[in-house]
Amino acid sequence: MADVIEAGAARDSAPPPSGPTSRRRATQRGNRATPYLFLAPYLVLFGVFGLAPILFGVWISLHQWDLQLPNRPFIGFDNYQDLFSSDSAIYGDWWSSVRATGIFTLFSVPLLVVIPLGLALLLNRSFPGRTFFRAAFFAPYVLGVAVIGLLWRFLLDANLGLVNLLLGAVGLPSDTPWVTDVPWAWVSLVGVTVWWTCGFNAVIYLAGLQDIPPELYEAAKVDGAGGWDRFRHVTIPGLRPVVLFVLTTTILASANVFGQALLITQGAPGEQTRTVVWRIVDEGLRDYDAGRAAAMSVFFALMLAVVSVVNFRLFRYRED
Amino acid sequence: MSKLRPVARYAALILITLIFVTPLVWMLLTSVKTYDVAQQDPPSWLPNPFSTYGYDQILNNTANPVLRWFLNSMLAATLHTLLVLVTASMAAYALARMRFRGRGLLFALIVGTLFLPPTSLIIPNFIIAERINWIDTLTVVVVPGAASAFGVFFLRQFFLSIPAELEEAAVLDGANQWQIFRQVLLPLSKPALATLAVLSFLTNWNDFLWPVYVLFSPERLTLPAGLGLLQGAYVTDYPVIMAGAMLASVPVLILFVFAQRHVIQGVSRSGLKG
Repeated sequence: MADVIEAGAARDSAPPPSGPTSRRRATQRGNRATPYLFLAPYLVLFGVFGLAPILFGVWISLHQWDLQLPNRPFIGFDNYQDLFSSDSAIYGDWWSSVRATGIFTLFSVPLLVVIPLGLALLLNRSFPGRTFFRAAFFAPYVLGVAVIGLLWRFLLDANLGLVNLLLGAVGLPSDTPWVTDVPWAWVSLVGVTVWWTCGFNAVIYLAGLQDIPPELYEAAKVDGAGGWDRFRHVTIPGLRPVVLFVLTTTILASANVFGQALLITQGAPGEQTRTVVWRIVDEGLRDYDAGRAAAMSVFFALMLAVVSVVNFRLFRYRED
Repeated sequence: MSKLRPVARYAALILITLIFVTPLVWMLLTSVKTYDVAQQDPPSWLPNPFSTYGYDQILNNTANPVLRWFLNSMLAATLHTLLVLVTASMAAYALARMRFRGRGLLFALIVGTLFLPPTSLIIPNFIIAERINWIDTLTVVVVPGAASAFGVFFLRQFFLSIPAELEEAAVLDGANQWQIFRQVLLPLSKPALATLAVLSFLTNWNDFLWPVYVLFSPERLTLPAGLGLLQGAYVTDYPVIMAGAMLASVPVLILFVFAQRHVIQGVSRSGLKG
């Protein structure tokens, strides 16, 4: 995403030849207050529901903030300490949810980075029916998590589900407990998520593939590079910013997994598939301990920020 | 790259399409089965006899007013989309076309929130919504999510790609900024506005986590939030549950069919090229 932003910034500072004059003229007309008037409606929304919650969240996390009690004493970093001390009441549940989210992310991200690339390569060339296939792959993504959750809960039902029926029809075991036991619950959650979202990533890869200049492939061909060599030396380097984008957004999305676990495995077996986001909203909005939930949120956001920074570093490093 | 022959390519594509589409077809078929046919082991593919039982149940049920949820969702998603379009386009215009103090910082702040996991704001946003008495209202599913950093970023990038010369004629005619924005820039931006409209509608229509926690009264729920109740009420009565899922899917699938090209191009461009 940083590349995107930089591209935007670069375009800003280097407008087309006639740009500077017309831009200067554009700023001179109208009132000094005009830009702020245009921004005002958005800034009210953004201030109240975008910026304020960030600061407010940190503030809440430093308090013992029970939603049902009027007194919210300041307690410093106690809520954070509770996340790390094994004798606190929430320690076990919290780290179990971190583990659940970790497992899900670890398995879903590589699949969601690699499989969509394969789909995009299949669709990259122009051929009859391409639009149809592209739409078919993308279609599940337009459905909400509530729909795909209910649908797959049904499909994965051990007795009535289509999945076990089809497996039985080809002579495989037809009694797999897809939603009630591990590791099957993980296979289900990851599999459904890949099915649901991989069309989205494939579309982004497709756009990236179309931006690679065809001359590079021609030149590689002239140099005698085979299909695999061209893939390794032209496609992959050409896609690097796209892969970084897909990787970063997919990690963010996977780490936020909630609806699938709530609706498909319902946390089973035990609490093993209860994820971080689920734990945060339960802690805050069901058990009313907003302080702890806010501390969990801040910690969670920081963890993801670190992951994103590491991502960018790794990709930058390899570019040199 | 790979030298897949056409036959192999089509075979692969058709197989993959089956994987993507079969679950959706199963949802449709189950929604028009009778309870008994849906319970058969082994299950039957065809809804024989064809039945409107699932739809009858959800549409005539007073405990779970599904039709009401549908209308709530429709109203919320429409208002949300309008709010995003108006606020984001105005802000994006200022950020793309005007010079003013704080512009760089403001844009950086807006883009910075794109990196933040949205769920990390849910607790403070809940408390803010509670303080202004928005919990369990339509407003709470329309407004907070409309602070769309993505919308501003996306439209700003699009506006930057429109040559400023096109506005010059309007200036010579004595148009003010608002007239230029309304009569020159917005008409030129229809594809981008349409893309953002579809994406905003999809996001709001499908939102699950927020409505589940901020709406309580059965008659105020949105469809995704209500589907959970439906599942609780009908447990394994799959024709009913799948009929509910169909009701939540059909509007966005129709929207997708009509706007397919725009949505897909919008998605790919928004991320990478602006």
